[in-house]
Amino acid sequence: MKKPDLEKQDAGKVVLQELTDSPSKKNHEKKSFWMSIRIPILAIVTGLVFGAFLIGVTSTRMYAAFGTSFGAGIAEFFKEIATAYTALFQGSIGNPSAMISALQSGNQVAIREAFNPFLESLVQSTPYIFAGLAVALGFRAGLFNIGVEGQLFIGAAAATYVGYSITGLPQYIHMPLAFLAGALGGALWGFVPGILKATTGGHEVINTIMMNWIAFRFTEWLLSGPMNRPGAGGMPISPLIQPSAEIPKFFQSPIRFNLGFFIALFVACLVWWLLFKTTWGLNLRLVGTNPRAAKYAGLNIISITVIGMVLSGALAGMAGANQILALNHSMALGLSSGYGYDSIALALLGNNHPLGVVLASILFGTLRNGATKMMVVSQIPIDIISIVQAFIVMFVAAPAIIRAIYRLRKPEKEEATAVFLSGWGGGK
Amino acid sequence: MTPILQLKGITKRFPGVLANDHIDLTLNQGEILALLGENGAGKTTLMNILYGLYQPDEGEILVKGQPIKVSSPTDAINAGIGMVHQHFMLIPVFTVTENVMLGDESLKVAGFLDRPTAAKKIKEISEQYSLEVNPDEYVRDLPVGVQQRVEIIKLLYREAEILIFDEPTAVLTPHEANELFDIMRGLVKKGKSIIFITHKLREVLEVADRIMVIRRGAVVGETTPAEADMKKLASMMVGREVQLVVSKVHKEPGPVVAAVQDLVVADATNQIMIDQISFDVRAGEIVGVAGVQGNGQTELVEALTGLVKITSGKVTLLGEDITHATPRHITKLGSAHVPEDRQRDGLVLPFPVAENLVLCTYHNSPFAKGVILQYDKIVSTAEELIKDFDIRTPNAYTQVGSLSGGNQQKVIIARELSRPIKFLVASQPTRGLDVGSIEYIHKRIVQKRDEGCAILLVSPELDEILELSDRIAVMFRGKIIAIVPSEDATKEYIGLLMAGITPETIEKPTGKTVVETTF
Repeated sequence: MKKPDLEKQDAGKVVLQELTDSPSKKNHEKKSFWMSIRIPILAIVTGLVFGAFLIGVTSTRMYAAFGTSFGAGIAEFFKEIATAYTALFQGSIGNPSAMISALQSGNQVAIREAFNPFLESLVQSTPYIFAGLAVALGFRAGLFNIGVEGQLFIGAAAATYVGYSITGLPQYIHMPLAFLAGALGGALWGFVPGILKATTGGHEVINTIMMNWIAFRFTEWLLSGPMNRPGAGGMPISPLIQPSAEIPKFFQSPIRFNLGFFIALFVACLVWWLLFKTTWGLNLRLVGTNPRAAKYAGLNIISITVIGMVLSGALAGMAGANQILALNHSMALGLSSGYGYDSIALALLGNNHPLGVVLASILFGTLRNGATKMMVVSQIPIDIISIVQAFIVMFVAAPAIIRAIYRLRKPEKEEATAVFLSGWGGGK
Repeated sequence: MTPILQLKGITKRFPGVLANDHIDLTLNQGEILALLGENGAGKTTLMNILYGLYQPDEGEILVKGQPIKVSSPTDAINAGIGMVHQHFMLIPVFTVTENVMLGDESLKVAGFLDRPTAAKKIKEISEQYSLEVNPDEYVRDLPVGVQQRVEIIKLLYREAEILIFDEPTAVLTPHEANELFDIMRGLVKKGKSIIFITHKLREVLEVADRIMVIRRGAVVGETTPAEADMKKLASMMVGREVQLVVSKVHKEPGPVVAAVQDLVVADATNQIMIDQISFDVRAGEIVGVAGVQGNGQTELVEALTGLVKITSGKVTLLGEDITHATPRHITKLGSAHVPEDRQRDGLVLPFPVAENLVLCTYHNSPFAKGVILQYDKIVSTAEELIKDFDIRTPNAYTQVGSLSGGNQQKVIIARELSRPIKFLVASQPTRGLDVGSIEYIHKRIVQKRDEGCAILLVSPELDEILELSDRIAVMFRGKIIAIVPSEDATKEYIGLLMAGITPETIEKPTGKTVVETTF
């Protein structure tokens, strides 16, 4: 308990080093922090600029305006972009003037409605956070978990089953129980490729992809067979979960903002603490970074590999559980809009750090949410946002593009890509 | 006569480091210029500038008096500059011909490769410069020394006039190194010019015509082998007097610490790597294991540290049977291990120095309470070790991978030697290090011996073994063919043993104990 300030500072430094993962020859933590986040930030900006260009050139109104005069065409080009991005902003964050007037009026309903776009963005970010953490934790342990989508499905199925089949429990027991069942389901689905890798050397990339297919067909069978809703008329859909299993919402419908977002933040902190503050996390990262040195240091590579896969699967399962318990309240096949695959990009964007993953997930959730409004207001297809996301991820994966555009100096190492390469056995 | 190559005022800055500080260099045609310096002195940076991999911040390059701009290796090759890299740039599954042709292919009609023409040219080159090699062999089947010849042929094939050799002997056996020196002498006789980068003093004296010494990015002096000796070169290189031989007083060894009985280790394909070895190591003595690399030393070390499965036999440490113990248990008993390949086994390069300094102990108190790491303790311990072992690092949070090789090795030495150990297995503790670091690490090892630690030192460097050991065990094809007290050991005698000639057939150098042999 002596010199608490100094200790705190030391811990902070270590964290920052872990976060930035970049070599700092001198004691320039701040500089290296900027070095590590500048590529993602510039990638986001550049992605949005590219998206703007696409919105402009795909606008039929612009071509029509060019018919009248050149100047009108140019004006229409920028007008289209402005309309689209205004809609994107209002759809994802909210309309600032509406927010202010709602606050001034003091009307509870008006305030909730004005802030709903922002809250809804957080709702949409929640599954991304869980899934992104799953991939990031896997990477830290040297495992390339492409099976998040399948683990998410199994997690959702387990949470659903516990959610509807058990009755009579109070919410503070039933909800956590169903949520943990989801985690357990995902963990089980991660365990299989984990044990295969540890004992037979079967590569987790192949095995997790295969496990995805098994998960999809298996849940399909579950939903049309044992877990089918009575009277669903052959539709593959589960019964509704008990209200006691629901993750509580903070406001009345249609505002969907719920406790799930905070559970995700809590889990992110937990993952951060586990990875960087405990011996377990150091074990995982050691095995993930240099398995030979890990063996030399006396670690049991086999069991740590399996634990890594299990934990990654558990996080993926939480994403599925969250979707069921917080939003859908029953399971159907359209459960995930590719969270499991997007999560790989999120881990990359967040440099495999829990904080980075949370920020990247909020970005993706926000873009997704705003895209819907953008489509309604300016008839711009929602897919433009997928393209923007793809650009961002590409720029982060190939930082040379960003460096070329902004004429940045090359740092000594590119950590993020190195992690991805080692996922293919390059590090072993 | 115009020198074939001149560098004038070459300066290169990296963030926070002045790698090259106004370096002037002149290379005359037909000479071998040795560029001598410690690791991190800036030799390789300078050569990478010459080869077009880096751009200098200042200065110019002149070839045959003409200033040239080298912005890529292609420019360098076109200017007649070629480089033999420390790590070969060969494709193992290609033949020699294909490797040599790669990037400069001779073609037949319709873009088909013209292998016969290329092979003929390679034959001519190899005869002209006595670089024996079969153009049709696959590179993966060639010994390292021959692979290096292929690299040289690649340069000659592209008609290079200036050849840069970057630490060429680091991967070679002493015999292969001698062959390389013959090749180098042959090349300069035929009019080629060579820059030879190294930090090994003996090689410089043996093969160079002129020696340029670089320290901290600047030229500190120029000399010739006739004027210089090892001691002078070493002090030029390091910037202070260097003890090339660590002083060591005779000491009676204590009780047996580690004992090996009839040890047999087989590899994954059931090949016997270690064949019925028995020996012991006592407290306060250094037992050196000599032998050409690949005669079972690696497996012996791994068997003693729990990293490989022991097929049969028995290993005891401080009276406890550790034949099937885990590495962690063996560490706990008071054993330390300096691994052969520091970057592959001994360090986690992207991790901070602090975590690497507790790599084997972070799960124990005081570095962890339960499962929670105590970073304040880890960092303060690291800072102490950095000071005690003179590890040159900006701070404890720096990634180990960004330190120089010598400092990386010091991290391992600090981690292993700072524990209260009773047994140390040191495998090639000074591999690839410069004189300054070697001196330091040798001192530390001897100091540990004097404190009563039992030490097993494995090294293919015979000088190192002879200098440090109290007893020398010679390994050949998985067996220990002799254990010799260091008083009786000479370089020649151990050298013969290393070649597999058993003691019964050699006359001992002291002449006291001649073993009669009958044929």
